[in-house]
Amino acid sequence: MSNTLFDKVWDSHVVRKIEGGPDVFFIDRHFIHEVTSPVAFLGLKNRGLKVLYPERTFATADHNTPTINQHLPVEDPLSANQLRALEENSKEHGISHWGLGHKKNGIVHVVGPENGITFPGATIVCGDSHTSTHGAFGAIAFGIGTSEVEMVLSTQCIMQPKPKKMRINVNGQLSKGVTPKDVALYIISQLTTSGATGYFVEYAGDVFESMTMEGRMTVCNLSIEMGARGGMIAPDNTTFAYLKDKPMSPKGEAWDKAITYWRTLKTDDGASFDKEFHFNAGDIEPMITYGTNPGMGIGISKSIPNAEEVEGGIATYKKSLDYMGYSENESMIGKKVDYVFLGSCTNGRIEDFRAFASIVKGRKKANHITAWLVPGSHEVEDKIKEEGILDIITEAGFSLRQPGCSACLAMNDDKIPAGKYAVSTSNRNFEGRQGPGSRTMLASPLVAAAAAVTGVVTDPRELL
Amino acid sequence: MAYDKFNILTSTAVPLPLENVDTDQIIPARFLKATERKGFGDNLFRDWRYNPDNTPKESFVLNNPLYGGKILVGGKNFGSGSSREHAAWAVYDYGFRCVVSSFFADIFKNNCLNVGVLPVQVSPEFSEQIFEAIYSDPKTEIEVNLPEQTITIISTGAQESFDINSYKKENLLNGFDDIDYLQNMKDDIQAFANDLML
Repeated sequence: MSNTLFDKVWDSHVVRKIEGGPDVFFIDRHFIHEVTSPVAFLGLKNRGLKVLYPERTFATADHNTPTINQHLPVEDPLSANQLRALEENSKEHGISHWGLGHKKNGIVHVVGPENGITFPGATIVCGDSHTSTHGAFGAIAFGIGTSEVEMVLSTQCIMQPKPKKMRINVNGQLSKGVTPKDVALYIISQLTTSGATGYFVEYAGDVFESMTMEGRMTVCNLSIEMGARGGMIAPDNTTFAYLKDKPMSPKGEAWDKAITYWRTLKTDDGASFDKEFHFNAGDIEPMITYGTNPGMGIGISKSIPNAEEVEGGIATYKKSLDYMGYSENESMIGKKVDYVFLGSCTNGRIEDFRAFASIVKGRKKANHITAWLVPGSHEVEDKIKEEGILDIITEAGFSLRQPGCSACLAMNDDKIPAGKYAVSTSNRNFEGRQGPGSRTMLASPLVAAAAAVTGVVTDPRELL
Repeated sequence: MAYDKFNILTSTAVPLPLENVDTDQIIPARFLKATERKGFGDNLFRDWRYNPDNTPKESFVLNNPLYGGKILVGGKNFGSGSSREHAAWAVYDYGFRCVVSSFFADIFKNNCLNVGVLPVQVSPEFSEQIFEAIYSDPKTEIEVNLPEQTITIISTGAQESFDINSYKKENLLNGFDDIDYLQNMKDDIQAFANDLML
């Protein structure tokens, strides 16, 4: 029988099927962070339960952490309290904890793959919707709520109905200046922010096959922004080369055995999907969003659509443009920018910093721009220094912050002020996402760099 | 965490006919810093409900004394974005026991079911009928009948049935949660784990 990649991984993790109900689904790897885990640990305490497999759970602090002066005590007492709770809960239950100051600390979806915790065919969850990132390795990875965090801690299982299957094919050659972020924003703009709700996506086609692991992670990361539970890409030699010799990857004979199995993880010819889309790589240009959800994106040379042209309610659309201070038919090129944010679990990896540096090299930061450049982990930070990227950005008038989620979600100190415009490489442009009243334009590291040196929305292809 | 059992709910409803209401609107990230599940209702729709100086925004429906009740009626694609269960806690803690929409985001829907809020998905047409009924008379009552899986606009008699899987339905009717179930099959889970390669 022909099976999809998704079927193979899902079906091999079902402990029990419940008639008319969800599957009891086994979780190989569980990431926790300070925001969505404390109430789960409280639940365990109230029920008198222990963590069943502490070696399958990994804790790192990222959402609440400051991105400067990490050697000093965290100022906000509520944030400090959550960070302390994560540390104490991890210690009490024997869970590995990479807290603030630890050399492996960083954004959960950056440090997991870097350390080989993520692997093909795994089932991975975290109380964070961007857990879909790990699908880049051919894993089924998705975000869960705190009740489910408690389930995984206590039983290593959750109860999930099996999602429907979707395949998104992108074939052809990407043009100059078009990055994995643009591919993802393009797909979301075509499917809308709810177009893949109820589905698990497989990305296929030569665009994804020729992408690096960093690029694949960016694409899979954004799967949730079209409503999909997650997205995955079949593992191949690129995947295996990335994982080989990572600290927690299997070694020696175990590696050989693993890779033999991993090579079977692909969709068989003739396997069927509930829904399938085909896109041409050549149709994609650098993207930017103009509204308040990630589906509201356009090619950077295009104009903001008319309310009549977009799917959905006109009232919602107009509210969104009002919030942004934009009007229908306006061009995005030349729009005012106040802040630039490079970082997050979407674009906080080494390739993103290389891309940013490729544009700012030999140029200067625009005077009025506040730029926050935030590596996703200390490993990324180290590479930025080793590769000479730090010298390039410093010369151009930028500085580097310390790892964390930073301005992606307005939870730590890095917030965009009310009314200000930010070109951001993160994942959500919702109202107030980067700070109450903040206005976000989502884009690639290249578009962010172009805005940072020109001070306005600029087509990066002109600067390459 | 324990929640009140759900059976038949008859209540007035609060209309919020916006699409793509994301969980950052339902509860902004800066209010997720608690280590206990307490007081999230105060910050439900915080930035739509209050001005920066914490005075209520009169135009927002939760500040309009005409509307109230235990049912929240939202637009299409309700609860998209972040997986924060705090959004479902805020809805519950504020006093809603049921959210009605023509389309829900997956994770929010799951979270609701896990904390005792019933998500009821209706057709776009029925959703329109509910909004019309509430706007023409804010005292309009809606009956949500979980055993029968029906939702009824009492004044007009218009009715639709809704889907829920039988396992989750039993849980809500009895106030059970998934951990109770999973705890009872630990031997099976451990046997399964013993056979895994990694």
